[in-house]
Parts: sequence; structure tokens; C-alpha cells
Amino acid sequence: MRTEYITTDILIIGGGTAGCYAAITASENSDKKILICEKADIRRSGCLAAGVNALNAYITEGRTPQDYADYCLKDADGIAREDLLLSISERLNDVTRRLEELGLVILKNENGRYVTRGNRNIKINGENIKPLLAGAAKRAENVTVIDHINIFDLDVKDNTVYGAYGFGIENDVFYVIRAAAVIIATGGAAGLYKPNNPGFSQHKMWYPPFNTGAGYAMGIMHGAEMTTFEMRFIALRCKNTIAPTGTLAQGVGAKQINILGDVYEQKYGISTSERVYGTVCENHEGRGPCFLQTRGITDEQDKSLLKAYLNMAPSQTLKWIESKRMPSEENVEIEGTEPYIVGGHTASGFWIDNDRQTTINGLFAAGDVAGGAPQKYVTGALAEGEIAALSTIAYCGKNSFHEADPGSVKEHFDELERHLSETVSPYRTEELEEAMQTIMDNYAGGIRSNYRYNSAGLDIADLRITELTELTEALHADDMQELMYIYELRERLIVCKSVIAHLKARKETRWHSFAENTDHPEKSEGFGRLFVNSVYENGRIKIILRRIDDREAVI
Amino acid sequence: MSISIDRDRCIGCGKCHDVCPGTLIKKDEQGKAYIKYPRYCWGCTSCLKECPVYAIRFYLGADIGGKGVLMHTERHGDILDWIFEHPDGKVEKIPINTKESNRY
Repeated sequence: MRTEYITTDILIIGGGTAGCYAAITASENSDKKILICEKADIRRSGCLAAGVNALNAYITEGRTPQDYADYCLKDADGIAREDLLLSISERLNDVTRRLEELGLVILKNENGRYVTRGNRNIKINGENIKPLLAGAAKRAENVTVIDHINIFDLDVKDNTVYGAYGFGIENDVFYVIRAAAVIIATGGAAGLYKPNNPGFSQHKMWYPPFNTGAGYAMGIMHGAEMTTFEMRFIALRCKNTIAPTGTLAQGVGAKQINILGDVYEQKYGISTSERVYGTVCENHEGRGPCFLQTRGITDEQDKSLLKAYLNMAPSQTLKWIESKRMPSEENVEIEGTEPYIVGGHTASGFWIDNDRQTTINGLFAAGDVAGGAPQKYVTGALAEGEIAALSTIAYCGKNSFHEADPGSVKEHFDELERHLSETVSPYRTEELEEAMQTIMDNYAGGIRSNYRYNSAGLDIADLRITELTELTEALHADDMQELMYIYELRERLIVCKSVIAHLKARKETRWHSFAENTDHPEKSEGFGRLFVNSVYENGRIKIILRRIDDREAVI
Repeated sequence: MSISIDRDRCIGCGKCHDVCPGTLIKKDEQGKAYIKYPRYCWGCTSCLKECPVYAIRFYLGADIGGKGVLMHTERHGDILDWIFEHPDGKVEKIPINTKESNRY
């Protein structure tokens, strides 16, 4: 393995939705050198690889940014940052216009206005949204993209970031990157829990299975403060294909029904978590399986649905074609997914200020890795990429470069080499990953327990995750891709530890299913005014409770 | 759910390898593409859309209800054709005009 040194002004880790837009913004607003490091290829990496069916965060006519922030706050039952939500909401329509300029097809009415779906959504053809964003990022001046590089650690000294360490997935190169500022845009974490389809189709999941919580893990290990990891996200999805349900619910007005044909959604409420919870309860009480009632829709609607799903989740269309039963003839079965940690849907992630700076100087966060602002979705991630980029430009002016510390460079190099050469373990990386998912499923509120957990189970999970982490030290990699799998597993284990600590610390059940604490099955007034935050200190995760109104720590 | 690559049809251009978000596709000794980690496929279908000779087929695993239908895409200008080959030889096609928005 050879070593390559790269110096840049702004390093962007992760070339997904937020990362690409941050690069475009930084290029247009400065003459800084910008480097995107991407684990895959930015054309189809991140959440938007297959496309997306609608833009879910848009301020429609007659509504205000405050309305959108209020909706998010209500859905999160108060546990969200209004300042972050507002700064996103104010930019949603501008970034949407920009997407259209880049070539995104958006449905318009005869007056040239966007056609809305509900109060906050607009209709698009989003199949090529990622190639459009990636193309713009690649064309932008002063932007360099390195694809197929896995960043596995940040270089942080005295709580300031000076660069990162990475390795090639398709070449034997160890990268030492120096930067004046870093934007972390690595997405959230999938694969922590046993998935819906643990066999051959184990990666047929809602969130990209390649988003492993790398950013969270790197931040945690360097002492960055994290927030609200207990607000897990569980998606309500079409059975087996794990395809979106919103297109059926909002597009053709399909209601959630149980096996008796009763519409049950009103009984449990219609917040994001309540829609999942209702389905879990109906199944648990013997009235499952549950469905979206599509029977009786028109042939025309069938045809439109087949097309809509091809533009975002083609497996579902294939399923309809294979079964020869269209949604007009057969209701679509639904289920909850395994839990994910994802700051674009719930409030989990880096604790940031309104400039998107984390608690580590010079480290800015955008998109799913950034906490506090749920329901940001695609346009919110773009908005946050834009804010982070503008803040980073300002920060760069104040910062100076630091040479890499040779000791630290050697330490990182040796660690990689050790996995590639010396180590001998009876275990393979995928076996330990499966063990981790089983532990989380059993003891930390996975599908198996209807997402419920208690303190005693969480203690067992914590112990077992610690033991597994120790086993990763001896894992062997035959090549660079396997080396990436070792680091991805380690990232997930670190995130698991944090999730467990957070679940235990919120002694209430504020969001059914997302955080169903059987020791404390009701909401608590006290916790309703608190963020659960954490920092990794002296080898353990320390919980910090912060008041929502002034964000001061109470313990 | 995963993909299979027709070795005879593959021209070794490497586009599917480049675009796979999991870097799951590799080249064999003759420079032909193959999926090294079929169980790790997310099902995004990016590789189908990249392949210039339509050598890649997507299918649902039997564990999620697959019954052997193979799917691929062919691009003709603004039209992206989604083609479904049934085991009995029947072929279905759904053309999508990429310049038209979804209705839902």
C-alpha cells in the first residue's frame, strides 16, 4: 500500500445529496479548492441512487417556512431544533428552483405553477436526480471528486479538524488529506438491526445499506456531541420490496386497513411513528396482516403507479408484473422496517449550531448526518449543504493549515496493514455483522420485539456490542473492499453503542415504535422539554440532557 | 433480489462497476463484469441503466416473492424502456418518458 498526500481548502466527505450541493455552493461563492471524497461514485451514490418520486419538503402556496417548521416539530412531538428547521425551510423553494434549472422534471399546472401533492410535496420525475446533481458538482470550478475512496478517520487535534484519513477501494492507496475545513455529509446508518429480509435479499432495505454511520462514528470517537439517537426511524413500507407507501397513500388515497377490512390509521394517529405503531399493534393483536387499500382503483391509476415506482423503487413494479396482480386487484401488504438512524427523517445526528458547525471546530455537518432537524428530506439536505458550504468558506479564512503528524499517519497506516496482513481470526466480518444485528434485534428494540425494549435488555446489548467490538481487532481483509467492510462494521458498532445509551437515557415513550420503552411506557412531561445528547469520553458514552428552550445542559 | 450479467454480451467497458453504489461488481480475468457480492445488492438498478449493450438483468430473490422474471432497461432518446422477460418467453415493456413527471 502506498501513501498519497492531498491538500485542499474544503474537504467534503460523502458525495450524496448534501455533499454535492455543498460543493456546488462552495464553488459558486468562493475560489476555494474543494475536494469530494466518495465511497462509491457520486453519479449514483447515497440515498438517491434509484431516484425519488416526489420532493417532500416544499413551501406550497399560502404556506410559510414557519408552517413547515411547525409541522416537523409536531411530528417529532417537540424534540427538534426550531432554529435549524427554520433555516432549512427558508431555503426549500430556492433549492427546488435550482434543481429544476439543473434539469429535474417537475410537474406544473396550466399556469406554470408546480402541482402539489398534499400540503408540502411536489411531483417530479426523480429517476435521474442524482446524476443531475453529480453532473453539476463535477462541472463546478475548483471541485475535484475522488470516487471509490473510503474515509475512515478524521484528523482532530485540540478539538479542531485538520483533515482525514482514507483508503482506496479499488487501489492500494492510503490517503492523508489535509484541509482547512471539513464538511461531513456521510448520511445516516443502516444495517444496525436485523433487516426485514435477512436471507438472500438482506440488502433490500429502505435506507442505502452502504450508509453505515461513518460520519457519526468518526465524530463520536473524536468527542463530538451527538443528539437524539434514541429517535430511531422506522419506515412503513410495502412488504418484501420495502418500497415507499406514500405514493399509494397520498397518490391514490389508499387507507391503511387490517385483515378485517377496518381502516385503523385514525385509531392510532397519523404522525410518522403512529402510522408504524398502528400497523405493529394490529399485527400483534391478531388483526394482521395489514394493507394499503388499493383494490378498486382504476386501470389508469394502475398504469401510473407502475411507472411511478420504476422511477424510484423498481422492485415494486417488478413484483406487480411477476405476480400478475395489479394494485387495483389486490391490496398492497405493508410492514415496518428495521430501525435506522437518519437525521433527514428524525432528529438524530451531530449536535450543530445554526451555521452547521459541529462541536468540533472546523467540522461542519449537512444532510442525514446532521441532527436536530427531522423531515428535511432531499430539499432540506440541499438547503443544509448550502448553509454548511457558506459557513465553511467563512471558517476557511480564519484557519491555517497544519502539517500531518507523522506519528498519527504511521499509526493509521499500520492499522490498515495489520488487517491486510498479520491478523488471524476465526470470524469473518459478515458473521460479526450478523451477530450485531441479532443482538440489536433481540435486546435493543428490533422487529422481533415489535420495537420494544427495556433497561435490562439494553444492558445486555451494550455488553455484547462491546465484546463484538473487541473481536473486530483481529479481523482479516484479503483486499481493500474487505478492509472497507471491517471499518463499516466498526462504525456500526460505535453507532449501536450510542443508540443503546440514548434509548436508555430517555426514560419515557414519546414516539411509539421509534422509541418504545417498556420500563416507561408513557410520555414524561420532564423529558418533553429535553434533548438527550451524548459525548464519548474516557472510553464511555456520557449522556448530556439539554433544555429545549435554551439548549443549556441540565446535568 | 440481485442482478446477473450475461458474460457473452458484456464488452468489459466497466461502467456498471463504476456506478454501483456498493462497488459490488468486479471484472474477471478476461475483463468481463460479474457481481462478486450478489447478496449485497440494494436493488437501485443503476447498473442496468449504464450498460451500453443491455447485458444486465435484475430479478427479485425467491425470498421476497421472485418468480423468475428478468428486468432490464433500454434507452431510446428521452424514452427509457423497462423490459420484463417472463420465464415462459413472454416479454412486456413499460416505456417511460423521462421528460414527464410522475402523476403521483
